Amino acid sequence: MSAAASRVLVADAARPGQHTWLHSIVRWLFITVSLTFLAAVLLAPLATVFAMAFAHGVEAYLKAFADPDTLAAIRLTLITAAVVVPVNTVFGLAAAWAIAKFEFRGKSVLVTLIDLPLAISPVISGMLFVLLFGLHGWFGVWLQEHDISIIFALPGIMLATMFVTFPYVARELIPLMQQLGNDEEEAAITLGAGGWLTFFRVTLPKVRWGLVYGMVLCNARAMGEFGAVSVVSGHIRGLTNTMPLHIEILYNEYNFVGAFAVASLLTLLAVLTLGVKTLVERTGYRGH
Amino acid sequence: MSFRQASVLPGFGLTFGFTTFFLSTMVLLPLAAMVLAAGSMHWSDFVHVVFSARALDSYRLSFGASFLAASINLVFGFIIAWTLVRYEFPGRKLIDALIDMPFALPTAVSGIALTTVFAQSGWIGRYLEPLGIKVAYTWLGVTLALTLISMPFAVRALQPALLEVQRDLEDAAETLGAGRFYVFRRIILPTVLPALLTGFSLSFARAVGEYGSVIFIAGNLPMKTEITPLLIVIHLEQFDYQGAAALGLVMLVMSFTVLFAINLLQAWGRRRHLQAASS
Repeated sequence: MSAAASRVLVADAARPGQHTWLHSIVRWLFITVSLTFLAAVLLAPLATVFAMAFAHGVEAYLKAFADPDTLAAIRLTLITAAVVVPVNTVFGLAAAWAIAKFEFRGKSVLVTLIDLPLAISPVISGMLFVLLFGLHGWFGVWLQEHDISIIFALPGIMLATMFVTFPYVARELIPLMQQLGNDEEEAAITLGAGGWLTFFRVTLPKVRWGLVYGMVLCNARAMGEFGAVSVVSGHIRGLTNTMPLHIEILYNEYNFVGAFAVASLLTLLAVLTLGVKTLVERTGYRGH
Repeated sequence: MSFRQASVLPGFGLTFGFTTFFLSTMVLLPLAAMVLAAGSMHWSDFVHVVFSARALDSYRLSFGASFLAASINLVFGFIIAWTLVRYEFPGRKLIDALIDMPFALPTAVSGIALTTVFAQSGWIGRYLEPLGIKVAYTWLGVTLALTLISMPFAVRALQPALLEVQRDLEDAAETLGAGRFYVFRRIILPTVLPALLTGFSLSFARAVGEYGSVIFIAGNLPMKTEITPLLIVIHLEQFDYQGAAALGLVMLVMSFTVLFAINLLQAWGRRRHLQAASS
């Protein structure tokens, strides 16, 4: 959007009626209101995270990460993301190939259904898996007889995270692949290349930035998910607490340095995510 | 017509099969489990859970605060989008990138940070306290958290629409003597109205389901500052799966109804627009 925006801005100077007193007042007012609003609801909370994390100095901040439960939470979050992001990436690639490369009946229904998890409350998303695999759920008795634990254990956390991050990669890839068209793939196939070769040598390089973007967003949501994971995790310290859940426990114990120290890591992840997004958009790929 | 059109490209069976299979097991099967769990309840039990005083109060807060947050985002979203699209000022690009922060920031982090800022001793809360305004642990705090986490939807929906406003028309109208407010009402507003509605409905949908950022700032007093998702969690903690499923179903039906109504409104607006253009 920035290229189009700056074109508009350059043209501004030459416009009639652009320098009346009303324009200046509105302009000044809009910029002030925007900046004040963003400072109050966005910048102040961001600054607070670091102010609170370092409230008792760098040493106390670093000591917060010596806590074995904190380390376990970081490890669990990394493991979950390491499983969830690749699975949803494979799904996103498959869905985008089927939807963008072919015309079939019911396509719009399929696209709507893929987006469905975005419209569902995280708490409800987590609850769905409790209803299936919880003690009183549909498969609860069977799972207990076979000594398999899903809810209040790692598989439940992974399933709930997979559900909430399900559409992220597909959503980026489908419009991108549709926009780029099939001509190059059709040429490759006609010239005798196989399906996989065409995918890896023609399609993947074309959509790589969209793919990176989708994976980064998926990862950010996977590492930061709270509601869905909170319902299925059982909050067992050192075992089933992800980073966001561990933040809640530390915060409720008034261990603010610990809570905000973990929060500062997730904030850095968010800043990194936005950085990648900005870089990807600069390559010319238009995100949403 | 066959199920799909012919194509020289391979891989339809594999990718379509995998997509529908994964979608069914990951999304559709769990959703069916919820509908079944709520549906297997006795009707009187269902009514008892769904229309209990505590549940009704939680709907009022969840849907009321979300409606308020989406409305606030309509106003501030428009102002911010307008500022980013129309004006040049130092730091504009940075602000533009920062708009997506609430998407990228985990909700638990937003929650504890907002609570700290707006608590009685916080950076902003300490100035509101003497004015008698309490934000943290009241419905105001709930609205604030919902406003923050749904703000990017409104701004991002409006930015492309504002870029499409035909500035030649604005200039022509002003040259012909139209006032700035007349231009806003007759040229700018009609162009961005669909985007305003989209931004509103996306903000609302996100806010209704939000949990992480709200529970820290809400105080979670039953009947007062308890949102519906929290009530679902409480039912689950008491192993009342059916009650939780019933509340979940009600929430989904209510938010889909609102989204559907806004879609109808948009379709009606488009039709009216086309009629006006053709007459």
